[in-house]
Amino acid sequence: MIRKGTLLIFTVGACFLFIFQLMSLQLFNSDYTKLSENNAVEKRPIYPKRGLIYDRNGTLMVANQPVYDLMVVPENIEPFDTLELIHGLSISKDELLLQLKKAKRFSSKLPSVIIRQVSKEDRAMFQEKIWKYPGFYFQKKLVRDYVLPIASNLLGYTSEVNTSEVNKKNDYALGEMIGRQGIEKTYENSLRGKKGASFFQKDRFNRIIGPYQDGRFDTEAESSEDLNLTIDAVLQQYGESLLRNKRGGIVAIEPQTGEVLALVTAPSYDPNVLIGRERSKNFSVLVNDTLAKPLFDRGLQAEYSPGSPFKTLNALIGLQEKVITPNTQFECDQGHFYARNAFMKCHCAYGSKNDLIKGIYNSCNTYFAKTYVGIVNKAASPAEGVDRWRTHLEKFGLGDYLGYDLPIGKKGFIPNSTYYDRWYQQGRWGGTTIISNAIGQGEILTTPIQMANFTATIANRGYFIKPHFKKSFSQKEKDSLFPKNYTLIAPQHFETVVEGMHQVVEKGTARIARIKGIEVCGKTGTVENFIRLNNEKTQLTDHSIFVAFAPKDDPKIAITVFVENGYWGGRWAAPIASLMIEKYLTGTVNRKWLENRMLNGSLLDEYAKPLSGKPFAINE
Amino acid sequence: MNMPNHFQENPSRLMNDKLIFRLDWVSLLLYITLVVFGMINIYSTRFSETSTAFWELGSPVGKQFWIFMLCLIILPAILYIKSNFFEHLSYIFYGLSIISLMGLFLFGQTISGATSWYLIGGFSLQPSEFAKITTAMVVALNLSSIQTDMKKKRDLFKILFLIALPMFLIILQPDAGSALVFMGMFFVLIREGLDLRFLYLFLSLILIFIFTLLYGPFFISLAGLILIFFFYLFMKRIASKTKKLPFLLSFVICLFFSYSVNFIFNSVFEQRHRDRFNVILGLETDTRGIGYNINQSKIAIGSGGFFGKGFLNGTQTKGDFVPEQDTDYIFSTIGEEWGFIGSSLLVILFTLFILRILYRAEKHTSIYSRVFSHGFASIIFIHFFVNIGMTLGLVPTVGIPLPFISNGGSSLLAFSFMLFLYLNFDANRLNG
Repeated sequence: MIRKGTLLIFTVGACFLFIFQLMSLQLFNSDYTKLSENNAVEKRPIYPKRGLIYDRNGTLMVANQPVYDLMVVPENIEPFDTLELIHGLSISKDELLLQLKKAKRFSSKLPSVIIRQVSKEDRAMFQEKIWKYPGFYFQKKLVRDYVLPIASNLLGYTSEVNTSEVNKKNDYALGEMIGRQGIEKTYENSLRGKKGASFFQKDRFNRIIGPYQDGRFDTEAESSEDLNLTIDAVLQQYGESLLRNKRGGIVAIEPQTGEVLALVTAPSYDPNVLIGRERSKNFSVLVNDTLAKPLFDRGLQAEYSPGSPFKTLNALIGLQEKVITPNTQFECDQGHFYARNAFMKCHCAYGSKNDLIKGIYNSCNTYFAKTYVGIVNKAASPAEGVDRWRTHLEKFGLGDYLGYDLPIGKKGFIPNSTYYDRWYQQGRWGGTTIISNAIGQGEILTTPIQMANFTATIANRGYFIKPHFKKSFSQKEKDSLFPKNYTLIAPQHFETVVEGMHQVVEKGTARIARIKGIEVCGKTGTVENFIRLNNEKTQLTDHSIFVAFAPKDDPKIAITVFVENGYWGGRWAAPIASLMIEKYLTGTVNRKWLENRMLNGSLLDEYAKPLSGKPFAINE
Repeated sequence: MNMPNHFQENPSRLMNDKLIFRLDWVSLLLYITLVVFGMINIYSTRFSETSTAFWELGSPVGKQFWIFMLCLIILPAILYIKSNFFEHLSYIFYGLSIISLMGLFLFGQTISGATSWYLIGGFSLQPSEFAKITTAMVVALNLSSIQTDMKKKRDLFKILFLIALPMFLIILQPDAGSALVFMGMFFVLIREGLDLRFLYLFLSLILIFIFTLLYGPFFISLAGLILIFFFYLFMKRIASKTKKLPFLLSFVICLFFSYSVNFIFNSVFEQRHRDRFNVILGLETDTRGIGYNINQSKIAIGSGGFFGKGFLNGTQTKGDFVPEQDTDYIFSTIGEEWGFIGSSLLVILFTLFILRILYRAEKHTSIYSRVFSHGFASIIFIHFFVNIGMTLGLVPTVGIPLPFISNGGSSLLAFSFMLFLYLNFDANRLNG
């Protein structure tokens, strides 16, 4: 039996052994599939060029430019003069040798990057002598080209994805560019397009031997979308130059559409410093500037007390809540006692009698203090009054994110009753306790874009459209994305306040903002502000604020200008806003003297004061 | 018991029975299936977009296809030759193949280090493939002789010499893989009466060999000592007359073999030989250098999954990652493109083929036929086991083709020839 069965047993044994091994290789071990793909198939991405960015009038703002990575295939290198190679390529010898070593360690047959993003010019120089260096070659790559050196704050920037992003997002590979901030980040997907891929069959030497399965799995690159911004490049550039040597922000909105015409922050930077090889160096300079904070978008992120422009809102709420009528008069004696031993100053003459319009154009503190106390105290309880007041303000887009299409922003702050209940004991506070809110000081915080938005709301007589930066929407998209957000204020009340704001420019605090032939409505603001200096609350020179819209009856632009430590509203903010309006509506500026004063004016000395370490005077 | 063939001749019965009904169609169909499947895969390994029609000589499978055609046309003629023609001419054939093996040293063609080929008009011929047949024939002839008794040392040595002579010549080429195939005759000898202790010895030596490489000679000697001691105690309980000497002797053999394996492995073997064993035994895991072939082959097979990547779609195959892919490593292509379904089916087909031959061989009335058929099955088994085992990473790298499947004219021709001899003997078993 053994004799006859030996080979039989061996054969059947081998059969089972093989099938067992086949099962373990093919059925219970998926590693091999992966290994095989890495082994034999190479995926080469096809990149669409990144979408171009235009302004609202079709002016090209952002394009692409080629840069060149110096590549090396280590096995092809022949001995060469390192010093000659590094000449003109701005790389140190040590760095070069380190990169070469890394490249060799990675693979001797595959290319590695030696120097990233060599400029066109350097590359042209080096290209002439590249024949001396076998194994080296240039690989073209596209980076951003900022045709206009403006709007860095809202455009954002691009840079290569890092390793952790590659691990998180499966659509990105090392070396690819990603939008980092602003428009580049928000519209990353449409600007980037969709990369395609072609698959190649490799042989065992890692050489491409042809398309993989006749290109059956190849995908076409989907071309990127060009982007039209709502920004007016001319206005943006003008705004940036007007804020030169100042700190602050300008936000200009087209009221009827919510399109942002300009978003200026100062100080800012030339977007072109964040491309090319100097990017990371330049970026750390910007990050480390903790005084001027050039990366901080004051138009979107800075939360200031709104100051007097806020009076317009209190006026509207007062009218709606029937606390006042347009004819209500309050007496002001350079201020008033709102409680025993509590006096609020005002710059009205002794014995002034102001109605609402006069109250607005004289920016009478007394008038709005009394109005505000009325709003709060007229309700069943102060808590209810404050909450009602807050509800009105929320309808103006205050106290929360506006929802515009940039990745940064601040909520600002509008207090409610809970907040005051926490500060004071429940029920132990009233309208007079929180009277600073009447004049836009106190606990209220708003960002310049929120102020521009409520100005646009007033210009629209009662509604706003969410501010946004992308223009190219279809009508259908516009209707669904940008509904009219109505306030709770009856339309007729706006006319009164608008008239008051018109008088501000005609005969009030902002006569300097008058433009011949254009009816401008505005409201100045002068905001007290404090910093902590050597552990002491120190008051600094007041901020200069101006909100405005024009023309009065068919508003085309609503604007907020905020100049930090700009003394008073009429000194910096109002002229700048006025110039911006004139530039936007007429295309030219006739008041050259005013323009020159604004362009050349500098507040750098003012900003240096608290840092000098010496005692300093403010508001002089 | 085993009547000489000519006593049984019965012409009338022979004439009345048509060859068609006597033929072992199962084996023939298995054979055709295997060869066609093989050609499909050879085509795939060499496939490129610019391939010509498959029947053209220059195309990847052209040669293989025409040799197969040749086999199907010419070889059936063998079926009409009387079986004892081959029996009588066994020594002539054997002598011719020994001469052809020796002739290699004068006229042979050296391809990748081994002088194993004659180059005749564009075709290369490998005489070692044919030496397998003739050796099986002379072994069969010797064993069928009534005078031969394997218990006699003289007869045994004669047979062993007949097997060892071609082996020796082939090792000199050097082509260790082909020489290894002659070890298949061991199964034949076991079947025909070789002392079974040889089988046990053979198995134990293989085990000792593997374990020595894995755990070192000292451990093996110790384990051997303990095992043999307990076996002795066990035997003594059953039969008290058990002698000590055989156990002592087997221990000494175990000890000697284990240490000599260790010595040969470390001092006589070249590094490349050692590497092959080390990779299989998992002592080395270098996947780029020495383990490259096996690793790539395993990747190819493993990536096939259950259904495989499909005909012509093997990425590993196309990328030429696995060496010798149309010949020795063709099973990796099968594994990749046909998946578990295809490759396990092929394993089963081979098993059935071998078992079929064994089954029929036992029914042969002529000892010569039986031994030859057994030899045929053994040779296929060795090829099957070593080749697929190597591709699957179970057996050290030994370059021998997979019968009927691998690309190679001599191999296909020789195996086809052997098959038709078997078919002849099988069909004529009643009249011998």
